[in-house]
Amino acid sequence: MFGIETLGGNAQAAALVGVVLVEAMVLYVGYGALTAALGPTVRKAIGGE
Amino acid sequence: MSAGMLALFVAFGVLIGVLFGFFGMGGSFLVTPALLVMGYPSRVAVGSGLAFVFGTSVIATLKHRDLGQVDYKLGISMIIGTTVGLEVGKEIVLYLEELGLAGNIISVTYVLLLGGIGLFVTYEALKGGDGGGVSHDVDGDADIDADDIPELAKKIQSYSLPPMITLRGGVKVSLWMILLVAFATGLLSGFLGVGGGFIRMPALFYLIGVPVPIAVGTDLFEIMFSGGIGSFLYAQSGGVDLSIVAPLLAGSALGARVGSAATSIVNEDEIKIYFGLMLLLGALAVAVRQAGNYLGMGVLDYVSLALILGSALMVSSAVLYSAVKSMRAPSTTGGSTAD
Repeated sequence: MFGIETLGGNAQAAALVGVVLVEAMVLYVGYGALTAALGPTVRKAIGGE
Repeated sequence: MSAGMLALFVAFGVLIGVLFGFFGMGGSFLVTPALLVMGYPSRVAVGSGLAFVFGTSVIATLKHRDLGQVDYKLGISMIIGTTVGLEVGKEIVLYLEELGLAGNIISVTYVLLLGGIGLFVTYEALKGGDGGGVSHDVDGDADIDADDIPELAKKIQSYSLPPMITLRGGVKVSLWMILLVAFATGLLSGFLGVGGGFIRMPALFYLIGVPVPIAVGTDLFEIMFSGGIGSFLYAQSGGVDLSIVAPLLAGSALGARVGSAATSIVNEDEIKIYFGLMLLLGALAVAVRQAGNYLGMGVLDYVSLALILGSALMVSSAVLYSAVKSMRAPSTTGGSTAD
């Protein structure tokens, strides 16, 4: 996946950990934006306001 | 990978994410056994589990940082003590392996420890009643009430062996005591071969006196490092499968956001009861699996997995229910920062 297979040993391991880190950061920012956009509506709906 | 498997991994990720964000534990404890029962080789199950834990802890730590619930000074001190403890724990395992005693001793210790902590936490939470909890609005360096600090932690805090460091919540404790506690928890997690969140989180609260939300945030900060190093070591031998990690992480990122936010809404004593129950059911699951291995009954592996997944589903549902209940209460006190 992502051409990581072509790398060897330590470089491949570091790239795999790097991909997980980048995915985590992207998800954090992405879900953060989603929460900011939809959060108040969801909170109102859950809070029964 | 089929669309069904992809959806299953994402849904499983959401479930684990809620628990991870809420308790600061539950990653490898849930993922690795599930992957093993699904037929993945143990190297891939453990390696992918660690990579997943790493990704989830990054997300959950960022979220707890936003809520002011990560103590970096404490986290770095804990990493140092834990690393030394892990090495000593690993050496003990190697020695026991030479004697041919490792498997049984580790399993029995795991069940006793998990069950013991589970019983203790549940008992303390039930005993505490409504008035004994630490406030959830632990922001910045606001001091905590002395009545909220467990007796054992007060005793440990009373040893004023310099250098003394001040932690979030106004807790002042000797660095040597932190290193000692970190060493002990590291030793146990190295000995048992687990991430150690279920040991460290209660240790931070009951032994050092750190308020629970900060104990969770700081524990996650430490897991980020141990998970990163662990997944790198397994990735070197092809143990990390991105087709497993990526969908699990996509689900858990959402769950961790919900779980972390819930720590600021849900009652402290309820957190401890859920945590205790989850540990007790986890201990039962490990005991069932061990009995299966001993008796040669493969079906008990599935019973063990069902117990783990069932308890995870039950506890995460309870967390969400409590959060929603608190938000719907007429005079909500702690939900203003949660999303």
